[in-house]
Amino acid sequence: MSHRTTPDPLRGGPMTAPAPGESHLDSSEMILNMGPQHPSTHGVLRVVLKLDGERVVDAECVIGYLHRGVEKIGEHRTYMQFNPYVDRMDYVSAVSNGLGYCEAVEKLQGVVAPPRAQVVRVMLAELNRISSHIVWLGTHALDIGAMTPVFYSFREREEILKIFEKYCGARLTTHAFRIGGLQWDLYDGFESDLRRFCQTFPARVDEYETLLTENRIWRERTVGVGRLDATTCKALGVTGPVLRAAGVAWDLRKAQPYSGYEKYAFEIPVGENGDTYDRYRVRLQEMRQSCRIIAQAVDGIPDGPILARIPKVFKPPVGEVYHSIEAPKGELGFYIVSDGSLQPYRLRVRPPSFVNLQALRGMVRGALVADVVAIIGSIDIVLGEVDR
Amino acid sequence: MASAPWEDAFTAALRDQFGSHILNSELYREQKLLHVDRLSVGDVLRALHRAGFDYLVDVTAVHWPKRERPFDLIWILYSYADNRRVRVRAEYPEGDEVASATPFWPGANWLEREVFDMFGIRFSGHPDLRRILLPEDWTGHPLRKDYPILQQDQAWVQLHLGIERGQ
Repeated sequence: MSHRTTPDPLRGGPMTAPAPGESHLDSSEMILNMGPQHPSTHGVLRVVLKLDGERVVDAECVIGYLHRGVEKIGEHRTYMQFNPYVDRMDYVSAVSNGLGYCEAVEKLQGVVAPPRAQVVRVMLAELNRISSHIVWLGTHALDIGAMTPVFYSFREREEILKIFEKYCGARLTTHAFRIGGLQWDLYDGFESDLRRFCQTFPARVDEYETLLTENRIWRERTVGVGRLDATTCKALGVTGPVLRAAGVAWDLRKAQPYSGYEKYAFEIPVGENGDTYDRYRVRLQEMRQSCRIIAQAVDGIPDGPILARIPKVFKPPVGEVYHSIEAPKGELGFYIVSDGSLQPYRLRVRPPSFVNLQALRGMVRGALVADVVAIIGSIDIVLGEVDR
Repeated sequence: MASAPWEDAFTAALRDQFGSHILNSELYREQKLLHVDRLSVGDVLRALHRAGFDYLVDVTAVHWPKRERPFDLIWILYSYADNRRVRVRAEYPEGDEVASATPFWPGANWLEREVFDMFGIRFSGHPDLRRILLPEDWTGHPLRKDYPILQQDQAWVQLHLGIERGQ
């Protein structure tokens, strides 16, 4: 590869070095470091931008600042001990992480959570999807320069976190589920809290839409920015709202239902253009659909046990499984290999944020520097999950 | 629960094409697993890509230090059209290069970089095989079983962080 060629955004490759005899100083291109402390990179993402004026010629993500070796830790903890660690990967959707992990281990062991536990799991996971999207909405709008939505969205997030707190005592790193079901039954008044939330929430989404959907500045900043078509999404393994915004109606809750999702009526919102604006539309619609699922679930909470029969000394049989769920950011998978001992022999996390972030390079090519902020926000990454 | 053999038209077609290089096909917990000879992995992946597995979910590895071929490489594939998953597994000796999946699924780029970073397994045909999560000048590959959990690259930590030790 010659020094002058620009690598294909899909194939990757190192950024082009200056040709021999040419320094960065006298070329018209400039290298700009964005992050790892830039507020709009949502954590410790560093993007090295190669700029021609204000246009992005190429970009490279530098990640790993938050690497804690979660997979290695998993090999040195029992299955139960590792459960709280998954909350700390995608820390704005801890409940979903817990759902994915517990279901994967249950599959490895060959147990199924009791019906009551499954319904509670669905309700909490959907609440968590809403709260994750709400954090995304507020901060993404803030990045682009809209101050107001964050105040509205965090108001609703507070209601959700209060429900989490009443249920399990924690607001963010909830550790809400246990392998085999739940540790705690519902508190008195859970149903009425949820019904109240479901009654008010759609009107709140309307408020967000009033602020943004037809807002001219919002549209100017997002329509046509950071387009990613369906073919590229599939080639890169991009999932979640980014994939759906490109027009692919694919959601693991429908494609391979888990935890009883087949029992609920809901739709998969899709976009058309796969741009930042469509991702915004898709996430807003998803919040409405989640609200619909919660409303259906709260009316049919079955009685019964909340924890399956799980041995005190938990040693899954020798074998391996891969199980994935539709986390708010995309497909979250756990690949677990058991050697029959107390600890997983290998615990691999397939994080949606990590895989989705790979698409950034292709999306920012040719965009303006200010658009990079909008595009990073629109993928909705959490660096705790990217770096693990 | 023991794994059951997985035999259907799909595996029969693969066996026709690759013969004894499909070592085993099994079902465990309703999940399909193909055990493939490492010499045919590139061709099997290409065949699966053509057969409609258009989404590479994950590439990862498992280290079994006591085995003659200590590394299991695992590819998790999904087909959007048929809504089905399959896992491909192959065993590799230390130092062997693995055929990169990037020609079929560009998304394999970062996933293979992570495998390289964590296990030290090299991929042939990868466009940009560098460490991804750890610093480029780090010594050691942490997800190998002979890398203890408290081990760190002490020299790197002292040089770059200015502290005696990170633990």
